[in-house]
Formats: sequence, structure tokens, C-alpha cells
Amino acid sequence: MTGLGPSNGSRPRSRRQHIVVAIVEDKPGVLMRVASLFRRRGFNIESLTVGHSEAPGLSRMTIVVDGESAPVEQVEKQLYKLIDVVKVSDLSQEDLIARELAMIKVRCNNLNRHELLEIANVFRADVIDIASNSLILQVVGYEDKINGLIKMCEPYGVREMSRTGRMAMARGTKTTTVHEAEPPKIAQIHASQGRRVEGELPFSSD
Amino acid sequence: MTRMTGAQMLLDSLQREGVDTIFGYPGGVVLPLYDTLPEFPGLHHILVRHEQAAAHMADGYARASGRMGVCLGTSGPGATNLVTGICTSWMDSTPVLAITGNVARTLLGKDGFQEADITGITQPITKHNYLVMNSREIPLTVREAKHIATTGRPGPVLIDIPKDVFQEQDRFEWPEQVSLRGYKPTLEGHAGMIRRAAELINQAKRPIIISGHGIIWGDAQKELVELAEKANIPVITTFLGISGFPELHPLSYGFLGMHGMYYANMAADEADLVVAIGMRFDDRAMGRFNAFNPGVKIVHIDIDPAEIGKNFPTAVPIVGDAKHVLPKLTEHVHEREHKEWIRWIDHVREEHPSLEIRESRRMLPQYVVRTLYEETSGNATIVTGVGQHQMWAGQHYFYNRPRQLISSGGLGTMGFELPAAIGAQVALPGQEVWAICGDAGFQMTLQEMAVLVDQRLPVKIAIFNNGYLGMVRQWQQLFYDKNFVSVAVTQPDFVKLAEAYGIKALRAETKSDVQSVIQEARDFPGPVLIDFQIDQEENVWPMVPAGAALSETIEAPAEEVAR
Repeated sequence: MTGLGPSNGSRPRSRRQHIVVAIVEDKPGVLMRVASLFRRRGFNIESLTVGHSEAPGLSRMTIVVDGESAPVEQVEKQLYKLIDVVKVSDLSQEDLIARELAMIKVRCNNLNRHELLEIANVFRADVIDIASNSLILQVVGYEDKINGLIKMCEPYGVREMSRTGRMAMARGTKTTTVHEAEPPKIAQIHASQGRRVEGELPFSSD
Repeated sequence: MTRMTGAQMLLDSLQREGVDTIFGYPGGVVLPLYDTLPEFPGLHHILVRHEQAAAHMADGYARASGRMGVCLGTSGPGATNLVTGICTSWMDSTPVLAITGNVARTLLGKDGFQEADITGITQPITKHNYLVMNSREIPLTVREAKHIATTGRPGPVLIDIPKDVFQEQDRFEWPEQVSLRGYKPTLEGHAGMIRRAAELINQAKRPIIISGHGIIWGDAQKELVELAEKANIPVITTFLGISGFPELHPLSYGFLGMHGMYYANMAADEADLVVAIGMRFDDRAMGRFNAFNPGVKIVHIDIDPAEIGKNFPTAVPIVGDAKHVLPKLTEHVHEREHKEWIRWIDHVREEHPSLEIRESRRMLPQYVVRTLYEETSGNATIVTGVGQHQMWAGQHYFYNRPRQLISSGGLGTMGFELPAAIGAQVALPGQEVWAICGDAGFQMTLQEMAVLVDQRLPVKIAIFNNGYLGMVRQWQQLFYDKNFVSVAVTQPDFVKLAEAYGIKALRAETKSDVQSVIQEARDFPGPVLIDFQIDQEENVWPMVPAGAALSETIEAPAEEVAR
């Protein structure tokens, strides 16, 4: 799949990247439709993660797009044209939290294991497996932090690595979900206090 | 609840959705479906000779009637043969439902005989597609497919059904309504944007309307005429937009683009405001993007938000259906005259008439089209292939009724003409349908003449026979230093060929034959093929060379006019 390779690892998050979240129907072939759309339109994917969302039957995709390969507005509009894509949000402008998880299998021995454990400690990485000549570190965080840990592990020998790609969520009350009705009791309270609940569809031209 | 087989469910659902005709070709895995077909006498099955033609027929049927066309093929090669036709309707946004069979569920993914991953193959060229794995899902799938194909920006939808799903019995449940949370086309334009667009129109000194295929599919010809007349704005169309605005209307200035009228291209390039409606700023229409009319403001009205801002920055975007948006826009625009601006375009038209046909003893193709226009009083539905004859048919026939010109614009599919004309004739019984063909394109789908005989369809076939891939020859002459490679085509004797199929055939060898053969063909109640042996080296003018700007439109050089 062209354009689905991992990011080159050393590049920090920059303005040239866009984080797009797509809420999609949990149906066979959806991932292919999205990936194929990106390939066809020449949009480069830096990373893509998929998993269940809070709503049954809907999955959440977090796509990091190389902003130079595509105007983010076109990416959003083309994604939204797919029937199985229910909602698209560009989180690039949002105050957001982005995280990635990595598992790193590092070569080690009795002499240098304690050094690695110290490094892991500094990066708040967990040791999730240990053997006589290697250990697996699990780290969660921003790309820079993961890249930093990898760099520190390299002299020991990184035997294997697996990264999830970036996941993101806007801070505060704003959500990227499909609008669902509030629990009636809470809605009542909100209504009595004169609050309105947001629930517009994207691209209704307003 | 009634119990049915998957095949019964499919045919019952199609009938409930108003389908009356299926263009198809049987094969192994769709045999259960064909076995069931006689139970549904309301569904007329037309046996084609190649699945590609089935897809073009469904497309022609849709373009002529405005209703969804349906085509059907078996698994593997049957399905892949549909692909060119599906892509043709994808590029031109026409509502076609393609149904394919596939190998039984247990064999899917095992590379068995005649298996092809047709949902994977057609994913980028359909608006949506389905692989149905349970017979009980068929009714909802058909309803959704019809809804998706025919609403918003129309487009082809494919349903792939494994053989044993056709045979599987289950309860038939007809869904009362369709609701797709990921698909809600916007029809009403944004009121604030419509007011802003009206302000720009009211301020403009040199406004022009460029109307596209969306006017035809939005059924908005009347609304467009009202807008143009109120603000007195000249209208040019895209090639697929032809017939969206009546060409005999005083505000009509033809179509723009690579072979558009000189004055249409100049007007588009000179305007200070372009009101683009239901069109997508294709490169063949606009010339080189970065050289198009610098400083022009664009109001873009389209039902597909992704088209807005795709190729050109837009001053005012309006996402909506032309039929809903235009009356509101008309309400807000002022009555204007634009006298000076219209005088300017008229002056350009007098200097560069583009549509004047020169006196010649040769059988000029332009003359053939014009004679056909006169003989049919401008009332025929014209279906074309792709190439020189397509451009002449667009230029020299004048279209006033929407859906009167049917042509493959976006994909440019040679061989589209005959099957699409058959589809159009099925949709328009009793009306006059002409397939204008090139001699090369005709040879791509000529086997469908058999369908004309089978179905007793009175399509008139006019072959513009110059013995060349004419448009390719024109490009080799103009841009490849007359290095003519692989453009002279060997032909069968078209008259004998048609007669072998049992079709009446005529030949026009000289200019003086043209009128009489057209008359003879029109007088004959059945299908007729005419071999027009047109001038061999006539080129299409005006022309915007590939990569040039609209302002660089070239007209016929003096030596060609003198021929």
C-alpha cells in the first residue's frame, strides 16, 4: 500500500502535517476505500490508526497526512464523499492531545541491562518482557519522546520495533464523534440552564 | 413475511424501485438469476453481445430518461468487461446500477474459475459498491444502491452477489426507508452565500454563466433561463452541459473548451465574474489552469462540495442542487442589461463566427451534421462516440431540449455511441435517435447491431467515415510534425456488414447524396446505417492546443480553409 509506510522517525510534528479524524462504518472494505482514496489522489499518509470508537458499529481512524501533498480541505471533502465515512474532522487547528505507543525490543546483557532500565525510567517506559539477552520496552507519548527513546536505545541494538502511529483527541468538551442524543436526564438539566448541544453535520455548506 | 430466494428478492426489489429494463449477459454464476427472470414479466431483459455494451446501454438509458439504468454481468470476465462502461458513467456522473454475480461464498478468495474481485476493482470508479453475503440483505442493498446512484451527484453503484446467495432462501423484508448516516447530500444552498453571490453578480460588469452537466441532472434548465434572462447574463456551457441551456436562446454563446467556439472561450477569458453551475472546471474546458483569466472572480454552485475549490480558488462557494439554489439566486439579482459586454461578445462572434460552414464541393463533416440538424428540425436525440465527429456533432447541431446530446465526455470512451444510442432508444420509444459514429470507434462495439435487430429498435447510425482515427491524425499533423503512425484504419464494407446483420444500409459518397440518404433513412421505420464518406483530412476548429490557455484559441489556418 503506497504511502502507508511509517514516518521516517526523526521528523518532529510540524505544520506541514495534518491530523484528520474520520468516523467510519465498521464494515468490511472501509480501510481499503480510505487507503485507495489517498493513493489515487496522491495524498501521502504519514500514519494511520484504526480502532473502535465509543459508538457501536463505528470505527475511528486517525490519519496523519503530509500537508504538502494535499490541501487538507480536499482530503476532508474527498473522505467525506465515501458513503461509509460518517464524519470527518481536521484536528490540526485544535488544541489536542496526540499520543503514540511503541514497543521496542532492545539487545542487552547482564552488564548493560541496568543502563537500559535507567533510560527507560527517564522516558517513563515500561519493561514488558525481559530475557537473558533482550528486553521489550513499551512507551506511550508524543512522537518526539518515542524518537528520543529509540535514539537512546540504538547503541545497544534495536532488534525489533512496532509503533501504532498517532492517535489524537481534542482537549476540553469538544468532541469528534457523530452527534448522539444526550441521556435524557442530562439533556433536561442542560435545557433548563439554556444550553444548546452542538450536532451539525460537516460540509452542510454553512 | 414471504420467503424468497435471493434471486427472487433481487428482481422483486428492482421492480419495486421502478426498474423496467435490464441490459445483461448470462453466465455460470448468474444462472439462478436468469432461471428466475421469467417470474418477473415486468422486467425486460435485453441480451447484449458484450458486457461493456450493457454498461453503455444502461448509461445511455439513464442519460436519455433521467432514470437509473441497470446492467448485469456474470462473474470474472463478465464483471471486468463492465468496467469501461462503469468508469464512463463514473466520470460523467450518471446513475447506473451494475449487478454482477460472483463465485459461491465458500469459494470466494480461492481463485476459482471465473472469480474476480470486482468490488475491489471498481472501488475507485463507483460511487459505492456492495458485496452481498446474505440473501436477506438484498432488498436493503438495492434500495440503498438506488438512493446513492440517483441522489446528490449521481453515479454508478455496483452490487456483487455470490451464486449461492441467489439460491439461499430467507424472509423478504422491504425496508420502509433508507437512511445512511454517512450520506446526506445538501440540496439547499446556504442563504448567506447565495446573497453574497447575488451581490457579486449585481456588481459585475462582465459576468458570464458557465453551466455544466449538473443543470441537466438537476433538471434546472428553466431555472437557469430565468436567472440568465433576469440579469441578462450570457451563457456558455461545457461540452456535457450542451442542451442544459437552449442553444437558440439569444443569450446562448455555445460551449467553451478545447474545441469550443472562439467567442465562448474569449468571453470566459474576458469576464470579470464566472458563475459556474454544475460543472467541475475540467482541463479540456478551461485550458491551462494557471493561465485562465487572471483576476476573474468565481461563484461556484455544485452539489458536490469536493468539486468546489478543487482546481480554482472560489470567491463564493455554494453547495446545493441547481434546482433549489437558482430560484433563490434569481430572487436576489437585479435586472440588468450588460449592453456593452454583450456587444463585445457579439462583435467577437461576428469577427470569428466558428460555426460558419465554408462553401466546398467536398463532403464536409460539418455540412453533414448541419444537414441532419435541418432535416430532423433539431428534434433528434444525438448520441456520439469520441473524437472529431463528436466535436462536429457538438458544434453544428443545435440543442434546445435537455438530454438531447448524449456523449462520453469525462472518460472519452470510443465505442460508446452505438450501445448508448440503443439504451437511449429503449428509454425513448417512438423518438428519433441518431448514433453519430467515427469509423474507428464504431468498430469497437459494432457487434451490438444485433441488438437493434433483436429488439426492433429504429436507431439511425451515421458513420463519419474518413478512414482515419481522425482526432489522432489531427494531433499527429499539428503537434507531431505530420508523423502519421497507426492512424489509417482498415475497414470492412460497412454497408455489407450492416446488411449481414439484417440492417438496411446506405452510402453517401458525394455531398449531393447527403440530404437524400438522411431523408431515406428517416423514412424507413427500422434501423438504418449510413456510411458517410466524408472528406478525409478535415480538422476540427477552433482548437486550444493541449497545455495552452483559452485566450490562445486557434482558428482554422488559411490553407485548410482554402482546400
